[in-house]
Amino acid sequence: MALRLLDGSEAIVDAAITAGARFYAGYPMSPATELIEFMAKKLPESGGVCINAATEIEGVNMALGAAAAGFRAATGSCGQGLALMQEAIAEAALNETPIVIFNMARNQQDYFQATRGGGWGDYRTITLAPKDIYEAVEHAQLAFHLADKYRVPVIFMGDNILARTQMGVEIEKRDFGALPEKDWQLDGTSGGSGASRQIWTFGGGKTNAPGPGPSEHWKRIAEKFDMIAGIEARHEAAFTDDAQTVVTGFGTGGLFVEYVVRELRSEGHKVGFFRPVTLWPFPGEALEKATENCRQVLVFELNAGQMIDDVKLNVTDRRKVSAIGGVSFDESGLNLGALMDARVIRERILAAMEVSNQ
Amino acid sequence: MSIVQTAKPPSIPSKKVADFKPSLLQTEEHHLCPGCGEPVAIRMVLEVIEELGLAQKNVCVIGHGCYGSFVMTMDVDCTLCLHGRAPAVSTGIKRMRPDVAVWTLQGDGDMTSEGLAEILHATARGENITCILLNNGVFGDTGGQMTASSVVGQRTKNTLEGRDPDYHGYPIVIGDMVASMQGSAFVARGSVHNAAAVAQTRRLIRKGFERQQEKRGLSLVEILTMCPTGWFVPAAGGADYMMESLGKTYPLGEIKDVAASAG
Repeated sequence: MALRLLDGSEAIVDAAITAGARFYAGYPMSPATELIEFMAKKLPESGGVCINAATEIEGVNMALGAAAAGFRAATGSCGQGLALMQEAIAEAALNETPIVIFNMARNQQDYFQATRGGGWGDYRTITLAPKDIYEAVEHAQLAFHLADKYRVPVIFMGDNILARTQMGVEIEKRDFGALPEKDWQLDGTSGGSGASRQIWTFGGGKTNAPGPGPSEHWKRIAEKFDMIAGIEARHEAAFTDDAQTVVTGFGTGGLFVEYVVRELRSEGHKVGFFRPVTLWPFPGEALEKATENCRQVLVFELNAGQMIDDVKLNVTDRRKVSAIGGVSFDESGLNLGALMDARVIRERILAAMEVSNQ
Repeated sequence: MSIVQTAKPPSIPSKKVADFKPSLLQTEEHHLCPGCGEPVAIRMVLEVIEELGLAQKNVCVIGHGCYGSFVMTMDVDCTLCLHGRAPAVSTGIKRMRPDVAVWTLQGDGDMTSEGLAEILHATARGENITCILLNNGVFGDTGGQMTASSVVGQRTKNTLEGRDPDYHGYPIVIGDMVASMQGSAFVARGSVHNAAAVAQTRRLIRKGFERQQEKRGLSLVEILTMCPTGWFVPAAGGADYMMESLGKTYPLGEIKDVAASAG
């Protein structure tokens, strides 16, 4: 297959459909708008449905319905739209409906929203943060796999650079392994059988087959997320064995950090990088190990300091951790700002290393 | 539906409705208050679904209210979704499983207060779903507070002197709104305050599901249901109170039927 030159948004949509996504309901919002444009064009061609929802709340609940019916379903927006979806994301976690939520974020300020969440209850959302379009093509498929594997909502976290950069990509169906049968799906066929199906956040079950009830159900959900945390944390790192300085960043920021660190390495600096691929579960043990011997850990993120909390929770000596990022938007307020620049990141890393050497 | 022959005397004795349980209920017991109208309404819906041969071909999406407890007793595939969002969840199910009858079970607080956008936009899209609205003009589940459909003058726990239009605004007559939109196929309002009304409402429910099967668009069957607890009246007085209060703002009958207008 030849490479095709695609917008990131189109590559993500093609990958999602390749993974079997058949339902999308969304609402336009920059820089996530192109997702619904491509979904509207391409889903019907693949036997799927794309609905222009009246609100993000309506869209995510439609996706919940399609997923409850047994189909791979998604919604998407940027962080502002995901703010409206929080109740339904929590609901998906607590009633175990697998949906995928694409957050083509305006910046990197949605880290807390994704990893802590704003809904009620003891839940987490697996969050995949690809660094570039190649990884995005994998993650757009992996998201549906993980959602089905654990019956959980999964957030795909991109940004405007990912959405609107063009790359030559080849989209092949990825095989992540076998999945359990969806014996819980609402297909309407079990009425009157005495064993009809139910999807309910309170886990009450039916008269004939009582469920565990709310307390026990929510305890099991929490245990499931503990289990996922032990299995699904992913990261990418290099040069950390002998690094005096380890620099962390996620998504596009992680890619920029990697570029700068490789450049500094080639010049002889003892610097390494560590990129969480999953923001939740956060690859804490791997980070702890990668930063055991270094003198300082730098956190680059375009926000006032969000991922740095997780870094400090996992680096053994949190006094080694400091921020080299900050709030930075372009003049529209809709896109990553001037701080997402390899030269600026290079200067900040070098300045921090100089202070550390004094 | 089986036709009862009247040419000969019946071979089996007549039986009261209360003597048998519809096959789509797992138990005849319910957990609602004495005098509540909701169990009768839900029972009728389940009987109609079976009559139409949809028992193994339907999914129910339940909102939040007292009727939500039927999520444990109705023997149909169902989900109890977020407050007000049943028409949106139903849209997702119906679009992916167009051959399955999808229906919502909502109260007036669920549909006209929390979920007004969802019912109106589902109607605008002409979704082939049937929405059952149990309208008692009050949040019964929380003990009797004002909803968007509480009628003028209605006493609730947060309109102690009665709903005052100058202060609390006017009720939303959702049936008329839905009927005025192109995407609706059938809109009707029934009641369960006496046996005749129950029989009439049963026919309305049946038409609602028939329009869905015909893929004509959204059907809304509103059913006035007694809530003596939420109205602070004696259980036996619920039916009379309902027709004197809600019954005047929400007249019974068919509001729209595309089948009729098409001749």
